[in-house]
Amino acid sequence: MQYYRSHVLVCAGTGCTSSGSAVLFDEFEQRLKDAGIENEVKIVKTGCFGLCAEGPIVVVYPEGAMYCRVTKEDVQEIVLEHLVKGRIVNRLLEKPTEVVEKTDAQESDFFKKQMRVALRNCGRINPENIDEYIAYDGYAALGKVVTEMTPEDVINVMLDSGIRGRGGAGFPTGRKWDFARKSVSDKKYVCCNADEGDPGAFMDRSILEGDPHVVLEAMAIAGYAIGSDQGYIYVRAEYPIAVERLQIAINQAKEYGLLGKNIFGTDFSFDIELRLGAGAFVCGEETALMTSIEGHRGEPRPRPPFPAVKGLFQKPTILNNVETYANVPQILLNGADWFKGIGSERSRGTKVFAVGGKIKNTGLVEIPMGTPLRDIIYDIGGGIPNGKKFKAAQTGGPSGGCIPASLIDTPIEYDTLIEIGSMMGSGGLIVMDEDTCMVDIAKFFLAFTVEESCGKCPPCRIGTKRMYDILDKITKGKGELKDIDDLYELAEAIKTSALCGLGQTAPNPVLSTLRYFKDEYIAHVVDKKCPAGVCKDLLQYKIVAEKCKGCSLCARKCPANCIHGEVKSPFVIDNSKCLKCGACMESCKFGAIIKE
Amino acid sequence: MGNNCECCNDEKLAKLQAIIAESKDQQGSLIHVLHEAQLIYGYLPIEVQKVIAEGMNIPLAEVYGVVTFYAQFSLKPKGEYKISICLGTACYVKGADLVLDKFKEQLKIEVGDCTEDGKFSLDACRCIGACGLAPVLTVNSDVYGRLVPEDVPGILAKY
Repeated sequence: MQYYRSHVLVCAGTGCTSSGSAVLFDEFEQRLKDAGIENEVKIVKTGCFGLCAEGPIVVVYPEGAMYCRVTKEDVQEIVLEHLVKGRIVNRLLEKPTEVVEKTDAQESDFFKKQMRVALRNCGRINPENIDEYIAYDGYAALGKVVTEMTPEDVINVMLDSGIRGRGGAGFPTGRKWDFARKSVSDKKYVCCNADEGDPGAFMDRSILEGDPHVVLEAMAIAGYAIGSDQGYIYVRAEYPIAVERLQIAINQAKEYGLLGKNIFGTDFSFDIELRLGAGAFVCGEETALMTSIEGHRGEPRPRPPFPAVKGLFQKPTILNNVETYANVPQILLNGADWFKGIGSERSRGTKVFAVGGKIKNTGLVEIPMGTPLRDIIYDIGGGIPNGKKFKAAQTGGPSGGCIPASLIDTPIEYDTLIEIGSMMGSGGLIVMDEDTCMVDIAKFFLAFTVEESCGKCPPCRIGTKRMYDILDKITKGKGELKDIDDLYELAEAIKTSALCGLGQTAPNPVLSTLRYFKDEYIAHVVDKKCPAGVCKDLLQYKIVAEKCKGCSLCARKCPANCIHGEVKSPFVIDNSKCLKCGACMESCKFGAIIKE
Repeated sequence: MGNNCECCNDEKLAKLQAIIAESKDQQGSLIHVLHEAQLIYGYLPIEVQKVIAEGMNIPLAEVYGVVTFYAQFSLKPKGEYKISICLGTACYVKGADLVLDKFKEQLKIEVGDCTEDGKFSLDACRCIGACGLAPVLTVNSDVYGRLVPEDVPGILAKY
């Protein structure tokens, strides 16, 4: 086996690929050859490190130096300085530091409070090489399960670990498996929900791209536990890199005999097929997903019967999401007690969050459950940029709600989040600052559900549209106080009568913003003002006479020609003609134009 | 339909027939076939749907029902360069709507439409999972991130 003195890990996840990591790989190859050290240094394409905001990211081991925003031009410097001369290129580090010992990325603020279980291999192995996965205990859990454990043993470990589904609702995974195990049928199916549709959540994509084998291994374990020989992964067609790597992984696992007939020489057989989604959010709902795998319109079905009894092709089926599966091999290798030792009483283990929006370090973070929101936003996330104030964090996507600044010390757990009117969801965490209008955000999410509602049941099809219309009216300054009562009434009706999870949770963004930001709704309705200055129809641009020097620049920039005045005396905006484009405010050199 | 209709292109039709032949006996393969057909033709006109319905022995109404259910399938031709702006939450709070408005203004088309010369089409899409770079857009497979409306003319000029 070939030994290398250094490894260069280039992130090949979607985030870094989008910021140009693919050219880096070729450039490293070329520059290493030029320097004559191509046999001493190995370049590896790896999965997501999590710090997508600073991408493309390159990590050089054994030092663990994490280089950020690396450009093609930087590659030569890394090769000559770091790899040839052994001097770390300080200017490209995540945080430049004088002390070389502290350049290990794991020591930085971004990683210190994190704990990587589901993401353990992301950014560590080459996802397109099964040997690297095996070298980090890959397929060891499957081997142990099929040769040393009975299916009941497996289910008992899962039950005992207390793991709950990472896809949204938080149903105990062990119980789901137990139900399916007990259903009697000639055929059963194991499905993986990789139809990550929540806007702002991309942890599943990163696991699929960075560690695809972990999902295959876990599905095979689930197959053994419930007595199934066939798995399906339903993956979004919008994730081409994930689809490609999954297919490579399936082919490699079959070649190694880790999928297929007689796995590990036992009589257990298991196969996995990929099915591509086609851009329908509702297909993340379990019964809709199964209908879609069957090749139909992805409309949900009433439950019961639950999928554990009648699921895919009318056979008993379990469906777990990608992140849930990513925990399974670790639980079986290290035992239920190990897993119970992480997190909090009612929420065991870790959770991955995709942190985005108005925050410095956007990217993926994995934290033990029970970590306060404050730690995620300030210690890991680096706080809010541009000196703005933290206003709220949104979790759970279109099904979730907002956590206001006053509750920033809430521990992140399934139950605490529900108590405060939000939910864990699949793990999108969007940070909002004082410039975000909460009525506008509620409208944004309702627009999403209106468009994604499959139309099968009237409460969702008609009710969400009505809620959207009311919100639209409010943001346009035509709202009245009765509208707020109507929103409550509609929300209650939809929650209790919609067919599936999409409809039942659709009013949540409205209810939670009404709960914590009712004053903003009132400001829109009564004062006809948008306090955050977002809703265009309620905005007025004004020139502060004392500050205006009368330079006429704004008048010349105004596309509607609605700013008038005499040079060297204050100008005035004619609000009846104003388009509210903001060009005047941008152009003013004296800060004399305000919006209110 | 005129004689220069895309669907009567024999080479494309042969490709589609081959895909239908290898998939028709697999359980639930309609969506897979539609994906492949869209790759071949760029969109799914009714003529192509008819070929699929006949080939797979599925009622045309059902094929049409599936095509119109999923956002990825299009009944209209797309431009040579497909511009897709992410309107996921992370992109939205970072001003993706302003970028979209700029494209509408520059291309003089609405979302879902194609420019008259067939060069650009404009779509708003769901989260593509590059939230770290928000706001983002794709032009075919090129991804542009950390956008502001002023970037729009420069991006269009590249094509």
